[in-house]
Amino acid sequence: MGALLSFVGVSILILFAVIGAKANMYTLLGVIIPYAAVAIFIVGVVIRVVRWGRTPVPFRIPTTCGQQKSLPWIKQNKIENPTSTAGVIARMFFEIFLFRSLFRNVKTELRDGPKLDYASAKWLWFVGLVFHWSFLVIVVRHMRFFLEKVPFLIQLAENLDGFLQIGVPGLYMTDVAIIGAVTFLYVRRVVIPQIHYISLPADYFPLVLILGICGSGVLMRYFTKVHIVGVKAFTMGLVSFSPKIPEGIGTIFWVHIFLISVLLAYFPFSKLVHMAGIFMSPTRNMMNNSRMVRHVNPWDYPVKMRTYAEYEDAFRDKMKAAGLPLEKDEEPVEQSEEKE
Amino acid sequence: MMIINLILEKKDNIIKKWFDVILDTYPDETSRFMRRQKDRFANPVGYSILQGVKGLFDCLTSKTDSGDVSAFLDDIIRVKAVQDSSAVQALSFVFSLKTVVRQELADDIRKSLTDVKNGNQIMEELLDFESRIDKQALLAFDIYMQCREKIYEIRANDVKNQTFRLLQQANLVYEHKNRVVFGPGSTDK
Amino acid sequence: MAKLPKPEELGKVDYIPPMTPWMETPVEFKPGTFCNAAKEKSLAGLDMPNARKWSVKDDDWQLPENWQEIIMEGLRDRLDKYRSLRLFMDICVRCGACADKCHFFIGTGDPKNMPVLRAELLRSVYRNDFTTAGKIFGKFAGARKLTIDVLKEWWYYFFQCTECRRCSVFCPYGIDTAEITIIGRELLNLLGLNIDWIMGPASACYNKGNHLGLEPHTFKSSIEFFLDDLKDITGINIEPSFNRKGAEILFVTPSGDVFADPGTYTCMGYLMLFHELGLDYTWSTYASEGGNFGFFTSFEAAKKLNYKIYAEAKRLGVKYIIGGECGHMWRLLNQYMDTWNGPADFLEVPVSPITGTRFENTKSTKMVHIAEFTADLIRHGKLNLDPSRNDHLNVTFHDSCNTSRGMGILEEPRYIINKVCKNFYEMPENTIREKTFCCGSGSGLNASENMEMRMKAGLPRANAVKYVRDQHNVNMLANICAIDRAALTALMTYWVPDVTVAGVHELLGNALVMKGEKKRITDLRGEPLPGVEED
Repeated sequence: MGALLSFVGVSILILFAVIGAKANMYTLLGVIIPYAAVAIFIVGVVIRVVRWGRTPVPFRIPTTCGQQKSLPWIKQNKIENPTSTAGVIARMFFEIFLFRSLFRNVKTELRDGPKLDYASAKWLWFVGLVFHWSFLVIVVRHMRFFLEKVPFLIQLAENLDGFLQIGVPGLYMTDVAIIGAVTFLYVRRVVIPQIHYISLPADYFPLVLILGICGSGVLMRYFTKVHIVGVKAFTMGLVSFSPKIPEGIGTIFWVHIFLISVLLAYFPFSKLVHMAGIFMSPTRNMMNNSRMVRHVNPWDYPVKMRTYAEYEDAFRDKMKAAGLPLEKDEEPVEQSEEKE
Repeated sequence: MMIINLILEKKDNIIKKWFDVILDTYPDETSRFMRRQKDRFANPVGYSILQGVKGLFDCLTSKTDSGDVSAFLDDIIRVKAVQDSSAVQALSFVFSLKTVVRQELADDIRKSLTDVKNGNQIMEELLDFESRIDKQALLAFDIYMQCREKIYEIRANDVKNQTFRLLQQANLVYEHKNRVVFGPGSTDK
Repeated sequence: MAKLPKPEELGKVDYIPPMTPWMETPVEFKPGTFCNAAKEKSLAGLDMPNARKWSVKDDDWQLPENWQEIIMEGLRDRLDKYRSLRLFMDICVRCGACADKCHFFIGTGDPKNMPVLRAELLRSVYRNDFTTAGKIFGKFAGARKLTIDVLKEWWYYFFQCTECRRCSVFCPYGIDTAEITIIGRELLNLLGLNIDWIMGPASACYNKGNHLGLEPHTFKSSIEFFLDDLKDITGINIEPSFNRKGAEILFVTPSGDVFADPGTYTCMGYLMLFHELGLDYTWSTYASEGGNFGFFTSFEAAKKLNYKIYAEAKRLGVKYIIGGECGHMWRLLNQYMDTWNGPADFLEVPVSPITGTRFENTKSTKMVHIAEFTADLIRHGKLNLDPSRNDHLNVTFHDSCNTSRGMGILEEPRYIINKVCKNFYEMPENTIREKTFCCGSGSGLNASENMEMRMKAGLPRANAVKYVRDQHNVNMLANICAIDRAALTALMTYWVPDVTVAGVHELLGNALVMKGEKKRITDLRGEPLPGVEED
């Protein structure tokens, strides 16, 4: 259901953009919606992050994936079971940039039968990595539209990305990679029954949306050859808060801009917030040092405890008979009722 | 042995189908995982069933119907006996091989029937083969019962183990040099 | 005549793949798969809400009128208290990496046992009532209302998770289903919906000092009972002390070690070791439980039960505490105790009186794991060991979930095992250390009535043991967890009958050459040592 629905949804969005462009609603498509989307994105993500940040972490609960620090002659796994800030930073680095945990899926042994079998897990790690890195590089490349002078780093990213030098304009590897990756991730959700079972419409929708964004971008760059100077004038207008609508950029561009706006506005309300959330995951970003340094629970409250005195009161006779030492060695006033 | 040769020719197909029929009793989401995940440690259910199916097939098709039939039946039934809620569900897999073989060999059998002598022989052999399956089925009942009994025994042991020390301390149990060891067949020596 | 179904159809009867989406497939309570309801008495014993007589099989679970309100209020409260909960509710992308990592999924084949789905059970309700997207888009955003069917589904699946954290190792965001289950069970407990196998022991522990409900005199006599056996086996008189003020060390271990075989043999190992060292230590009948079934109920209950350890250490005036072999006990001692009931500023940083080693890693909690303590002794050559007494054993080691993924004590027990026996074989790499498979009975699910479920959930573990048995003739499954000792024994009985189960300190007890001991002719179980003749 969700798989199809998300296609319908994104089609409607594209249709809206096309109609809007044809009807010359450029102020809506090019100014109001993008500004609103960026505002929603920023405010929404900030609210999310602040809300997570303000929610306390009452206990120190890292998932330890290696040897603890104990005796000096036993080698500690300083990254998978960190007790220092450096260890945590290293762990988070591997998590965020290399998807360390997903990579754990890969290892397998003593396989019996054709080789392909554990591959799906390996592919998930690999394609996930390709997808996210491509996305990042593409975002970085696009920064040239928002900066007067193109910094060296962006230039470098572009050159590396296009080093294959195929065609004119030069083919970016990431364009191919991201479309392939998104398609894989989508097909995987449809084809593997287990994954299909757990997938919600909210899992298909962002994939199709991103596919739409990439598709429109690719169309503009390689096929319809969008009026690049006009685009830059437009984007520079947006960042300098003096938006100008240039002439004749073409409908596809407005589809592209509109879908990006939708993605930005959708972002804070969806699972996409994992981008920010991963930094705050308490099972990954905490040190396993709770035996060395006391972790304080900010909302700790006193609870009724069964004290030793109560315990001794309940069992004094029996303890005495068994020769156990007592705090108050006296005859009980009455046979104390023990609770069960 | 015409029929055995025919069956052996289609060995891979028959084993695959038999395996599939068994796995089809699980929800879709699960059966694919059990089919595809070949790491025996990540997928013990699928692995046990596949090993059992292969072994049983070899036992059925070997000249003498020896082989460690019980061990292979055990591979599958031990899993089924805790997963399924009835004996029928747990044991129907034994019989489903008949259906699989009949389906797979349908054309060959039909062809052979045109010749009376061949036809007779092949029918006889088919019936004989199916009797072997029936024998496996009978053995399967035994194994299933053993598994179920084991479950009840473990349950009872759990309770016994919880109270044994108390009884022992209260001198309600006769003292042995070798104490009751928690587990099967290891009660008072 | 009614048409008879074909055999293969009959087999399918119960397994028609759910055609409806999971949200609309209510749970079916099959015998052998769930535990009995918490008794009124047990609930009342720990002052839990809604103490009443009820049964899982009944349609009416006798909930308070406003149960939905109670759950929603409880959820809201916890969302504001636990970043883990709020974050894990928000950031799961349902990538499916965890799906086939859960021993319950692997063993039962029930798709709702995929960790992601277990969490979705709660997440769907969270979306419906706490998120903008859920409020607007409802089902399309994966939201659903909390109904009685949903509540029963929670109960079924939150008591079908052993909080083992294996999924969290593989999750790219570290989402920990144990957190979801722990908090899910807390919510259920607001309505008095626990299982008796948890509530009974927790209540007993609160009132009597330990899960088994052994009263002080019985606890003492249980330990003294071993002394006769030990005298028979070693010829040595051991005299432990109880509730003794002024001892240097308080020793706390799960009560299972004191009372249930084969944990009792591990306990004998402790007694022998401490005697041999001449350690100035005491047992306590008040803090006679290291384990904590309160943890499987609510954080508050866990804190209550855990309180006794520090309180008793303070009352007795000991310098520090040593803890015995236990799984969830050590996750709590490592990650929770100091936060709940610390700071332990009345204690001193543990220093081994034998080797002088200062356990810097425990400088705040002041509680040492006995495997750390013993490994240090062996490393310094302070123990006289004769590993040949374990020559009849081919040993493998099961890492307990909590000590591996909630602490990381991996090498210490292996070091000891390698020093006390000669034949040690590891199980396959995907099934040990941080990737270890659960015994299938953790987090209070080691009851009898759910035996089929325990066997299914333990299958991945048993399967790996079976492999080393076939490869290396392994006949001993060592571990450092009291629940493992009981649960794995049952598990082995069913799946790998010729493998027995022991704590690491039982093996140590066998190998320990004590001053003035007589010639050993049996091991701690009273089984004759092979190749040793009686004089």
